[in-house]
Amino acid sequence: MSQFVINFLFVGASFALYIGIAIWARAGSTKEFYVAGGGVHPVLNGMATAADWMSAASFISMAGLIAAGGYANSSFLMGWTGGYVLLAMLLAPYLRKFGKYTVPDFIGDRFYSSGARLVAVACLIIASTTYVIGQMTGAGVAFSRFLEVSNDIGLLIAAVVVFLYAVLGGMKGITYTQVAQYVVLIIAYTIPAIFISLQLTDTFLPPIGLFSDHVESGIPLLEKLDQVVRELGFRDYTADVDNKLNMVLFTLSLMIGTAGLPHVIIRFFTVPKVADARWSAGWALVFIALLYLTAPAVASMARLNLLTTIYPNGPTEQPIEYAERPDWIKNWETTGLIKFQDKNGDGRIELYNDSPAFAATAAERGWNGNELSVNNDILVLANPEIANLPGWVVGLIAAGGLAAALSTAAGLLLAISSAVSHDLIKGTINPNISDRGELLAARISMGVAIAVATYLGMHPPGFAAQVVALAFGIAAASIFPALMMGIFSKRINNKGAIAGMLAGLGCTLVYIFLFLGWFFIPGTASYTNTPDNWLFGISPLSFGAIGAAINFIVAFMVSYMTEEPPKSIQDLVESVRYPQGAGHAVDH
Amino acid sequence: MSNPKSNAERYWQANLRLILGCLIVWALASYGCAILLRPLLSGIHVGGTDLGFWFAQQGSILVFIAITFFYAWRMNKLDKAFGLEE
Repeated sequence: MSQFVINFLFVGASFALYIGIAIWARAGSTKEFYVAGGGVHPVLNGMATAADWMSAASFISMAGLIAAGGYANSSFLMGWTGGYVLLAMLLAPYLRKFGKYTVPDFIGDRFYSSGARLVAVACLIIASTTYVIGQMTGAGVAFSRFLEVSNDIGLLIAAVVVFLYAVLGGMKGITYTQVAQYVVLIIAYTIPAIFISLQLTDTFLPPIGLFSDHVESGIPLLEKLDQVVRELGFRDYTADVDNKLNMVLFTLSLMIGTAGLPHVIIRFFTVPKVADARWSAGWALVFIALLYLTAPAVASMARLNLLTTIYPNGPTEQPIEYAERPDWIKNWETTGLIKFQDKNGDGRIELYNDSPAFAATAAERGWNGNELSVNNDILVLANPEIANLPGWVVGLIAAGGLAAALSTAAGLLLAISSAVSHDLIKGTINPNISDRGELLAARISMGVAIAVATYLGMHPPGFAAQVVALAFGIAAASIFPALMMGIFSKRINNKGAIAGMLAGLGCTLVYIFLFLGWFFIPGTASYTNTPDNWLFGISPLSFGAIGAAINFIVAFMVSYMTEEPPKSIQDLVESVRYPQGAGHAVDH
Repeated sequence: MSNPKSNAERYWQANLRLILGCLIVWALASYGCAILLRPLLSGIHVGGTDLGFWFAQQGSILVFIAITFFYAWRMNKLDKAFGLEE
């Protein structure tokens, strides 16, 4: 059976499963559409949250980032898991007790202001739309590589599948599909990792393999990797960073941003009780950790495998000849994600770090520049091929990558459509709309959101890489502080909250635009994006934490200079703090 | 239960203390051991590297899981102790 048929079978079977679940779990009421009827078991909700959260970025890109950056990129691992600790203690139980459908619902009610609600809706739509573009592009890449269709056709297939189960099933359909998608993606991620861990370290569990001995050389894996990369002029894999402030702030921004992303928060509205929201956050973290503990092992092992493929006799000997390159390099060359250029004309693949410090050694060996560029994103997808694993593992990876992209896309689309139909239409434009009318509006707005996301996926606005910074920056600087102050302070009033959100958001956007271009238009950046230009060495990606601090300070100053919130609002804050009398999600 | 207001207040104070304690452990594992204190811990070897690296790529995540479950368990007990559970 050819690899194409195997991939097709795996992807086709997983899609059939998702659509079957959607038909079984279609939503009949707005409550089922928005919060799955509020009756999802905490363990299942944890699993769905994990699939919702782990996007194409986690599945496809993260291990590649860690492989390239080593210790310095550990921020992604800590930031994208540590946020759940904040969510579990500072937000989830109280928002579940509040018992409505959306994040702007809480902000609008707690700060008794439709202005605050609208700011929250705007933040939510910008953050979620930018994020969903990345998912659609990720799905497109997976389709075009594994199913040999064009990128655009791949995107259209992905859009139709998401449309079917998200529009039909709403949160109910999405939740149960996400449970299935979690199972698919975690199997797809861990099986190749286990194979490779056995090959390299003779250890079954990849997280243990990471800290075990390398079978071939008999020294610890990480020590071996450090040695190999050092010989080729790269920074040691385990080397410490110089700018600790930036690493701390970057990690903090990712954590706060994670806790403030609306599509993750609304998942906690679907469990029956406040106590379940707490357990559910723990389960979500366990399911997420299964992938996040595997990722660093995949990263270091794939990097070592890649370098030993190129330098089969060790990094001090000659690299392989281009004519004798393995098939996986040929496969990925056609996608343009691996590029070879024979700069010194010796027909061999010289892969090394083109740095001034290594220039003398390179000249001595007759090298004339690094000849192989490998896109970080292919590392996980190509991993089974690099390690010569059987064809079905490759098919599994294809299905897993698509599961990760589609599950996150569906969660984001639900967050967008509920913000439009519930907060904009019902909350602001037409409060008398019927349940049926609102459900229809939710479905239509989701359809429109899918169409926009697909269009943007086909014609990416050229700032795909900056998108993550924007989404996390917005969530960290605007949504998280507003929610937290709404719960933990009775004194913050409407004026303080709006001023805080706008100040935090404004500063963050300006700082990002200064270095990455105004509104991401190429060539409009005011400063080059290098550490020398950054304020106190803080990168634009790390600024979300500063934005959040500005939000807190401004909100407190403005609130204490103006009047106290009314008694009814103080009672509302009081009521979200105690689980007693939560009942079911309020129908309204 | 004669004074439900102060009962609720004591519950909230207990919750805040618990959150503070958990956040200290959360920060020590990630910002402490994995980043800022890594040079101090470099003498402790773990599988070919040092303890700080282990915390950054594995230890902190395990600590996060432990904190989240500990918090859920303690709070659900507190809910009952104060008679505030659903």
